Amino acid sequence: MSTIVSLPDQSTATLPKRTYINNEYGLKSWLLTGDHKRIAILYLISITFFFFIGGAMAGLIRLELLTPQTDLVAADTYNKLFTMHGIIMIFLFLVPSVPATIGNFLIPIMVGAKDLAFPKINLLSWYLYIVGGGLVLAALICGGVDTGWTFTTPLSTHYLNTHVITAGMAIFVAGFSSIFTGLNFIVTIHRMRAPGMTWFRLPLFVWSHYAASILMVLGTPVLAITLVLVILERTIGIGVFDPTKGGDPLLFQHLFWFYSHPAVYIMILPGMGVISEVISTFSRKRVFGYTAVAFSSVAIAVFGFFVWAHHMFIMGVSNYSALVFSLLTMLVAVPSAIKIFNWAATLYKGSITFETPMLYAFGFMGLFTIGGLTGVFLGSLGMDIHLTETYFVVAHFHFVMVGGMLMAFLAGVHFWWPKMTGRMYPEGLSKLAAGTTFIGFILTFFPQFIVGYLGMPRRYAAYPPEFQVLNVLSTAGASVLGIGYLLPILYLTWSLKYGKIAGNNPWQATGLEWQIQSPPLTENFVETPVVDYEAYDYEWLANKTKHEVQTVG
Amino acid sequence: MHYFISPVLWQFLVKWLTHFELFPPEASSIAPYADALYFFLVFISIIGMVAVAALVVGFSVVYRQERHPVATQIEGSTLLEATWTIIPLALFMICFVWGALLYFRIYNPPTNALDMYVVGKQWMWKIEHPGGQHEIDALHVPIGRPVQLTMISQDVFHSFSIPAFRVKREVIPGRYTTVWFTATKPGRYHLFCTQYCGTLHSQMIGWVYAMTPDDYQKWLASSTSGSSLAQNGERLFASLGCNSCHSGEASARGPNLAAVYGTRIQLANGSYTTVNDAFLRNAILNPAVNVTAGYAPIMPTYQGQISEDGLIDLVEYIKHLHNNERVQQTLNTTQVQSSVPAPGAGSIAQPQTSHSASRMVNQ
Repeated sequence: MSTIVSLPDQSTATLPKRTYINNEYGLKSWLLTGDHKRIAILYLISITFFFFIGGAMAGLIRLELLTPQTDLVAADTYNKLFTMHGIIMIFLFLVPSVPATIGNFLIPIMVGAKDLAFPKINLLSWYLYIVGGGLVLAALICGGVDTGWTFTTPLSTHYLNTHVITAGMAIFVAGFSSIFTGLNFIVTIHRMRAPGMTWFRLPLFVWSHYAASILMVLGTPVLAITLVLVILERTIGIGVFDPTKGGDPLLFQHLFWFYSHPAVYIMILPGMGVISEVISTFSRKRVFGYTAVAFSSVAIAVFGFFVWAHHMFIMGVSNYSALVFSLLTMLVAVPSAIKIFNWAATLYKGSITFETPMLYAFGFMGLFTIGGLTGVFLGSLGMDIHLTETYFVVAHFHFVMVGGMLMAFLAGVHFWWPKMTGRMYPEGLSKLAAGTTFIGFILTFFPQFIVGYLGMPRRYAAYPPEFQVLNVLSTAGASVLGIGYLLPILYLTWSLKYGKIAGNNPWQATGLEWQIQSPPLTENFVETPVVDYEAYDYEWLANKTKHEVQTVG
Repeated sequence: MHYFISPVLWQFLVKWLTHFELFPPEASSIAPYADALYFFLVFISIIGMVAVAALVVGFSVVYRQERHPVATQIEGSTLLEATWTIIPLALFMICFVWGALLYFRIYNPPTNALDMYVVGKQWMWKIEHPGGQHEIDALHVPIGRPVQLTMISQDVFHSFSIPAFRVKREVIPGRYTTVWFTATKPGRYHLFCTQYCGTLHSQMIGWVYAMTPDDYQKWLASSTSGSSLAQNGERLFASLGCNSCHSGEASARGPNLAAVYGTRIQLANGSYTTVNDAFLRNAILNPAVNVTAGYAPIMPTYQGQISEDGLIDLVEYIKHLHNNERVQQTLNTTQVQSSVPAPGAGSIAQPQTSHSASRMVNQ
């Protein structure tokens, strides 16, 4: 019933001779690769690029809000900044963040396969992402878009002369990248599991990606169609959303949020998968209530499809549909609570260490709990009337998306960095970064709850002077947060050459990915693994290690 | 203290501390109810946070590797899973029921409310009082009396928000939305557009002035524009020639409009509908789909011919039309109006006036 885990001696570890990185050389070998690991790296580089563009815009937004007047940038520029910030961060960073990078790298290995089911579609999805990203950059360079990332009609169709069509096309194309990733994951998880890898032996990371993939495949086409309708309305005036032609502008809201609410779960579910792996590994304990955590992912995916109208409580939807959607919103909060409590219970009687991924995971739990609970404020009908469209909403979704998802992404990147690159990140510096991010985050977004309850509307370039103190706090926090995000890119790049060599299993984790060399072979496994143990079985790992020591020694 | 820091910074701090708010004023009858729910939600959030933080920090201290080198593997516990499913669910259900009650309180207006109309457009609020008083980016209301706003946008989505009253409602093109409140404390409060509406979104702001009933009466008297909304509507009704069909006579080609507001009528397609502001507006703009049972679908559409202000005038006129005498009188009024254009009659109505008047002369 008990296991003692001691981390392996890394001083004797060496880099393997042949890995997926040095299997082939040259730019062409990367750009035409079918290897899911290489595609994951391509994604990692591209999303990091877009993250820093989106982040720079966030920095400018916060600087503008330092004073109540529009003095740093004009109102138009401000509107373009928050629009591009939203589009880039959501469609080009958060949606692909964990699935397309860490998920792409790990899902085939975790299920014991050589690659994803459709390697070429996987590469195509990256190219579509790049085309989408390129179109966003084109829109940005040509003068920007100021619709807000929500593309609200009729503002986006009739009242703006910015590059709405380019941005709409960008999201349309990037959407297909996400659909293909989801499709690939679903088929891989169904069809390519290694012998003995039953559904309930899958790591929870795979379960949460499976749930997110279903959302991607079923939800994203609706967004694509909606954007096509916006483009058609803008170009040839088909009048689906135009009330003077018998259209209904609220229809757009329904269609847009039918994707964009599940999109929140597309973003957060893979992050939850990372947290399950990290918490289990660093407490050396099986995740408490494995089935409950697995099914809560599925429950979130299912309920997540039926809550979209909670974005429209004040828009004159019928009282009865408001009631139903509020009730369902409350229900979708429950599986998230279940996950949080199960992670907390995983720590019970564990043997806990506090490496960087674990610190990020703790950060996730704290910030996501606040983000989730403030979601209950907004799901509660009468409260939503006062809070919606204010900074309370901004704070809420940044707690979930940035506090939750970005923390999870960084936890995952640090956790699997040794596997991806074969080298360790510097522990001290990365702990500092984790702490800085957490403090900076709280300082940035907590004041926004207060200023939101005061009634400060979102997307305001200028605001009444009594809100200034809280906005200055927020801007101060953003600069701390910025340092917290810059640090990892610096030391992770540094570690590529100078990091300590990691060895196969530096954390003594149980997943299949840790039983192979780091960085892995192009084929992942020398021979197809046969799985005869449950997920997070630390006794199996201890016995295996003992056995290895005996045979080698 | 200020000897140690720069005087500029000191002044800045002083300015801050005197212009610093942490909680919005409670200035409507709804605000205390909204705040009660808010504090309850804050309370359960604190409980939730403390529970999670206590578990994480507590276990991290007690079961850190130095103190607890050997992990004990535990599969899970159905009882515990049930506990942390049912307790949050129960708390969330309380939030749901409480929130729903508050929602109905905020969005179901009392029947005796004072009517006002709001037209949102990029980037201003136009408010019209039934007495014909117009305001831009300002709203004067009496305290202690329910006020209902019927709102519509002329262009894009806007949202009408008064944080001190804890009310907000989207202002949508093509359909009326309503919101009501009873102001309780005299004072000046922020009015915001909270739905992003284009370049000058953050300038689409104004003030709500809550006044004692006496002050409000004084304000009304000093701000009158000479004719009420219903009177404007009456002129428009005549100038558009509405009364040629809606004359109220038994042989008329259009239904009788007197006292029709608030009643339940049958449409040509067999369905029943209540005649309210939204229906009247729709019936004017899309008559073909709103034909009253028993009448031929001959009414032309007025889409694009009447401004939102004009539609409000017409609705207000029909709302106050209790007998057909006034419909008959409009004939005379129009003839008077066509020779002497009334101040404040809608500009769209003007070109139509002579046309409809001449038609009436021919009759």
